[in-house]
Amino acid sequence: MIDINTILSGNRLALSRLLTQIENDTPEGRAALNDLFPHTGNAHLIGVTGAPGTGKSSLVNRLAYFYRHSLQGQEAKRVAVVAVDPSSPFTGGAVLGDRVRMKDLAGDAGVFIRSMASRGSLGGLATATAGMVQAFDAAGFEIILIETVGAGQAEVDIARLAHTTLVVEAPGLGDDIQAIKAGILEIADILVINKADRPGVENTERALKGMLNLAHPVQRVFQHHGQFMDVEPAVLTESAPMWLPPIQKTVATEGSGITELGSEIERHRLHLQSSGDWERRERARLETELHQLLQSTLVSRWQAGVSENQYQQVFKQLADRQISPRQAVKELLNGGFPK
Amino acid sequence: MSERKIRAIVAKPGLDGHDRGAKVVARALRDAGMEVIYTGLRQTPEMIAEAALQEDADVVGLSVLSGAHMALVPRVLELLKANGQEHVKVFVGGIIPDEDAPQLKKMGVAGIYGPGTLTDEIVRDIRAAVLGA
Ligand SMILES: Nc1nc2c(ncn2[C@@H]2O[C@H](COP(=O)(O)OP(=O)(O)OP(=O)(O)O)[C@@H](O)[C@H]2O)c(=O)[nH]1
Ligand SMILES: [Mg+2]
Repeated sequence: MIDINTILSGNRLALSRLLTQIENDTPEGRAALNDLFPHTGNAHLIGVTGAPGTGKSSLVNRLAYFYRHSLQGQEAKRVAVVAVDPSSPFTGGAVLGDRVRMKDLAGDAGVFIRSMASRGSLGGLATATAGMVQAFDAAGFEIILIETVGAGQAEVDIARLAHTTLVVEAPGLGDDIQAIKAGILEIADILVINKADRPGVENTERALKGMLNLAHPVQRVFQHHGQFMDVEPAVLTESAPMWLPPIQKTVATEGSGITELGSEIERHRLHLQSSGDWERRERARLETELHQLLQSTLVSRWQAGVSENQYQQVFKQLADRQISPRQAVKELLNGGFPK
Repeated sequence: MSERKIRAIVAKPGLDGHDRGAKVVARALRDAGMEVIYTGLRQTPEMIAEAALQEDADVVGLSVLSGAHMALVPRVLELLKANGQEHVKVFVGGIIPDEDAPQLKKMGVAGIYGPGTLTDEIVRDIRAAVLGA
C-alpha cells in the first residue's frame, strides 16, 4: 500500500514511484488514486500538441520557466510536465527524448518532469495520462503541461483532458490549408506558430487565419425546435462569450513570444472560469472517464463469466449465419453474464 | 499487466561533445523493448540523478569519454544514494582504463563496457541486473 501522505507532503521519490504504479495500472496505483481523488481539481492542465519537431518540448521548457521565474507580482507556480512519446510498435520499446530540450528546468525543486511512452493502446494511454495528472494535481503542482505528438485520437483525448490546449505549428511544414490538419481547430484553444524566426511565417499565419475565418462565421445560426434562428451577437456575448483561438508567434529557442503566450493562456483560464466552461469541461471529462471505466469494467466482468468454449460455439453459429450478431450478443450475455 | 518495462536513463556527462555511442546504446535498448529516457549531452551528475528520480529509472547508463569517470561516476552513485535510489543499477560505457575498472565496480557500478562492445551483451547484463536472473 502507498501512504498517500507521502504524496501530499511533497516526497518526490514517493511521487515518482506512484507514477510508475499508475502507468502500469497496478492495484496499488489504483488504490492510491482513489484516496488522492478528493485532493485533485486545483491544477490548470495545459495540453501542448502538434506535429513532430515543431518545437513542443522547447516551448514547454520556456513556459515552465516562465511560470517559475517571470510571473509579475505573483508567486512562482509549481510546474509538472508529462511528456509523451510514441512506443515502437515492433519492440514495445521507446526512446523518450523530450528532456533534452528542458535543461533550463534542471535543479529546480518546483518542477517535476516525467517522460512517458505511449505503449500502444490509445485508451490505455489516455487513462494512464489522466491518472498521472491526478497524482501531480494532488501533490500540489499548479500548472501541469502535457506534451503529446499530434496524431489523431491521442490528440483529441489529450485535448479533452486539458483545460487549455495549445496546437503548435511551424513554418515550412507545407503551409496551405490542406497541410494543416483538419480538426485542429476543434481542439485548439490557442494556436502557436513556433520557429517564427524561420522563413515562411507569414504563409503559415495566413493559412491559419484563413481557417479561423472559415470556422467562425460572423453570425452564428442556431437551430431551435427545428427552426433556424439568427442569434444576435449581443446575446451571445452576454450569456456565453465565444472564445476565438488567438494566434501567437514564438521562437522557443530564444524565448520570444513566451510572455505573450503566457498571457493568452491566463486569458483563456479566466474565460473558462467566467463563462462556466471550466466547470463544464471538468464535468464532461469526468463523465467520459466514468463511461470508459464502466465499459472496460463491464467487459472484463463479462469475460470472466463466459468460457472460451461457450464463446466459440456462439461465434460458430454466427459465422454459419444461423444467428445474427445481435442474437449472438443476447446468447453470450445470457450464458455468462453475472447478474 | 504485461511484462515489466525496464526504464533506463542514458546520459552523457562531461564536457566533450560526442554522443554517438550513447545514441547507439539508446537505440539498442529501445529495440530490446526498454523505455529509454535520453537526456543528451553535457549532463552534470546532479542533472542525471534528478532525471533518475523523476523518471523512476531502473537503470542509469553513463557514456564517459572525457577521462573524468573517476570524478563523475562516484558522484552519480553518491547522489542516487542520497535520493534513496541505491537500487538503481549504474552502467558505464566509454574509454575506461583497465586499472580503474575494479575500483568503479567496488563503488557499485554494475557493468563497464569499452568501445566495440556488442550491444547484445549490454542488453543481457541490464536485464539480468534489473530482473534478477
Ligand atoms: N529555429 C528554431 N528552431 C527551433 C525553435 N524551437 C525549437 N527549435 C528546434 O527544433 C527542433 C525540435 O525541437 P523540439 O522542442 O524537440 O520539438 P518537439 O515538437 O518537442 O519534437 P518531438 O517531441 O520530437 O515531436 C530542435 O532542434 C529545436 O532546437 C524555434 O523557435 N526556432
Ligand atoms: Mg518533444
